[in-house]
Amino acid sequence: METNNFIEKFAEALDIDDMNSLSVQTVFRDLEEWDSLAYLNIIAMLDEEFEVQIENAQFKQLITIGDIIDYLNRQ
Amino acid sequence: MAFMKFNGVGVTALAASVPHTVIDNYKYTEYFPADQVKEVVDKVGIYQRRFADSATCSSDLCFAAAEKLIEDNGIDRSEIDLLIFISQTPDFRMPATSVLLQNRLGLPNSTIAFDINLGCSAFIYGLSVAFSMMQNKGLRKALLLDGETRSKVYSPKDRRSAFLFGDGGVAALIERDDKFGESWFSLNSDGSRGDLIKINGGGYRNPSSVETLKERVVDEYGNIRNDEQGYMNGGDVFNFVIREIPRDIKKILSESGCDINDIDYYVFHQANNFINSYLAKKLKLDTSKIPSTIEKYGNTSSVSVPLTIVDQLSDSLHGEKRLLLSAFGVGMTWASAIVPFVDCSISDIVEV
Repeated sequence: METNNFIEKFAEALDIDDMNSLSVQTVFRDLEEWDSLAYLNIIAMLDEEFEVQIENAQFKQLITIGDIIDYLNRQ
Repeated sequence: MAFMKFNGVGVTALAASVPHTVIDNYKYTEYFPADQVKEVVDKVGIYQRRFADSATCSSDLCFAAAEKLIEDNGIDRSEIDLLIFISQTPDFRMPATSVLLQNRLGLPNSTIAFDINLGCSAFIYGLSVAFSMMQNKGLRKALLLDGETRSKVYSPKDRRSAFLFGDGGVAALIERDDKFGESWFSLNSDGSRGDLIKINGGGYRNPSSVETLKERVVDEYGNIRNDEQGYMNGGDVFNFVIREIPRDIKKILSESGCDINDIDYYVFHQANNFINSYLAKKLKLDTSKIPSTIEKYGNTSSVSVPLTIVDQLSDSLHGEKRLLLSAFGVGMTWASAIVPFVDCSISDIVEV
């Protein structure tokens, strides 16, 4: 998957205007925008864009945006 | 695979009641700043809720709905042979609230009465139990009562649940009649997800104590509750719902042989608008066939499906209609049903 494409979708889901502030190294849980509503948006985005429903326990192990991309690539 | 089919039994009358106190969600700002409240409220699409006062229980809401149903339809109380009360907010830990309601409603001692303790999917579960028992010709009429006072369950200081829940009660009359065609039920459970929505304290595993009643900060966002108040991991629930509910709806359509276009209305559990909009989009449903009360009553747990029928479909259920009901929640349990409604008598909502 194209990294920039995913970061763009991620930024859109969290309503982050400047996607250049994000990278594969970004620890997304530390973002100011990250909260329980953001989590809903990411789950919806993964389902809608990639048809992936991720187990809660597995999602908890993902730390960076790169981790999500790796997870999607393994599906 | 638990899949049930019935013939010649259905809901002949429905009534509902809600508390008179209206909560304006934008103004529910005692513990959180108004801008944060607005963000959550807009996201979940819940603008008003009804809160029962401290003296009003789920059973009182059901009692009012049942009295209205009995009066409007001229029901002979001595013919009610079965009374089921569905709730997770009963009057007492014992006896069962259904039995107390048997007396309050002036039903005979020959009435079968018991409670069902389940969450948001429970009206569909309860309907399947009533339909099953009504296969027995010895029973004339069944009264299914479903009430919740979830406003008393959750902490107003926990933003993950503070803006979602409201109170309500319904009464449904179930009878055998050849006018009803076939109905189908798919009921499911997954206890491995029992910790997604839960009240940890106050049962017999963690009995009520000074400790269970002590308020504490429970997460990095500063949400506050005690162990006898409920919590919900909304994100995890959503994740579960978008996987299981479309699958279950496809299953019941395929098992029943019903075409999705033959369904007149899809009545979903009113959890929040974010979930329901997403489900409608994912299943590509005609949104004009999806009644909603989430904006005015919030999440009333198992009451939400029948309350939505009473509130939104009272003018639309003349003649023969086919409804698809779908609900999910604490347990986790989830259920779908395709049920015929034939000239169902729907009473006006009572305020208590």
